[in-house]
Amino acid sequence: MDRTQTFARLLELIEPFNKKGVALSETTSFANDLELDSLTVMDLVANIEDEWDINMPLNILPDLETIGQLADAVLKLKG
Amino acid sequence: MTDLLSKFDPVIAEHSGLIATGVRDPFGVVMDRVLSPTRAIINGRETILVGTYNYMGMTFDEDVIAAGHKALDAFGAGSTGSRVLNGTFAPHIGVEQALKDFYGTSSAIVFSTGYQANLGMVSTLAGKGDYIILDADSHASIYDGCKLGNAEVVRFRHNNTDDLDKRLGRLPAEAGKLVILEGVYSMLGDVAPLTELVAVAKKHGAMTLVDEAHAMGFFGPNGRGVYEEQGLEAEVDFVVGTFSKSVGTVGGFAVSNHPKFEILRLVCNPYRFTASLPPAVAATAEASIRKLMGAKAKRENLWAVSRKLHAGLKAAGFRMATETPESAIIAVLLPDQISTVAMWHQLIEQGIYCNMSRPPATPAGIYLLRCSLSAAHTLDDVDTIISRFIAARESLPTAQAA
Repeated sequence: MDRTQTFARLLELIEPFNKKGVALSETTSFANDLELDSLTVMDLVANIEDEWDINMPLNILPDLETIGQLADAVLKLKG
Repeated sequence: MTDLLSKFDPVIAEHSGLIATGVRDPFGVVMDRVLSPTRAIINGRETILVGTYNYMGMTFDEDVIAAGHKALDAFGAGSTGSRVLNGTFAPHIGVEQALKDFYGTSSAIVFSTGYQANLGMVSTLAGKGDYIILDADSHASIYDGCKLGNAEVVRFRHNNTDDLDKRLGRLPAEAGKLVILEGVYSMLGDVAPLTELVAVAKKHGAMTLVDEAHAMGFFGPNGRGVYEEQGLEAEVDFVVGTFSKSVGTVGGFAVSNHPKFEILRLVCNPYRFTASLPPAVAATAEASIRKLMGAKAKRENLWAVSRKLHAGLKAAGFRMATETPESAIIAVLLPDQISTVAMWHQLIEQGIYCNMSRPPATPAGIYLLRCSLSAAHTLDDVDTIISRFIAARESLPTAQAA
């Protein structure tokens, strides 16, 4: 799976949760820039799981701080 | 020095902001006297309690109180020890036998709270390399049990059988799997389609645990819970419950027919590394559980008052969390925190105590005034509750009305 495509699709999935309208990039932080609360993160994760037909275990979420890290994790889980 | 408590500054600011609007603290209610399962003195006023989970009204039952007095005199104030050392007294065995009789299971293990029962069961059953698949709206004690253990944790969308099926299908076929469900979800008071969910879990070779905290005593022919009502006693592997709702005291438990279930006593930290329940508490729980077996009249009244409250509030134009009354939790949806708190404040000033619930306890963006009914409520009480809900709404500025 192509990382550029994955990243682009990820941005589309994140956009509905981007209530503050911040510019999204590799280094955009979920907690600090997007200010997503834990419940919103859960909804986003469920959408990502369905998009790529993967399970993202809750245990790995604390390590995923930026959109770039999330894209890498999706690629790794997709294998 | 970094002040470790400064991370809570946003919460402090939010809470102070709430109180500064002139409302009483929804999270700081004090009951100066408790008159009955449905009445207490709060802020000097006799208040109808509609938010206590005292479903079967057992807290002041005379047999329950007598059993507690007797055990307090005979066994003292506390056990000062773990169940696996010096903390198992005759009343602890007695209450476990009462649970086995109530649930018709071969094993019952009592924990010191319901929270610890979930913490212990969830963290111990699923270990490293195993998978926990839990409903997104699971109680905090289930999520915390996941954090305490070493299993991989996967969520499925609330009460969504297809979503559970899909997520189980992505897991390695040979891996150990525990699907965690609740009979009644406590925020909205909705009932799970356990028949479908458990069938999907079995199809994928997963074991199942059902938390029946909010269903004990009044779902199913023997009051065992939603899983009994839906005929799943042979399918569900573990049932978790609590003494702090229908039973009317405090404590938690798990029951099972699994032949190896008893070993959990030796390997489950939230069971073995804490003191056992005070013997008087165990004795009150035993007396209460035995009475709940035959509490048909109470059960019928609980359903009658729950249905009447739902119908009355709905007719009055409130937005209900469930279309029909599914359990003894009747929740009203409000648009935001300000209106919810304002409404809650008006209700407490009029002598009605219900629960104010907000995220993260509730699903994202949902604000609730949550009523839980008791078998000790009367139909007249329900009329009073409904009229005070209407009066509370009328006393709000229109912008804040529900």
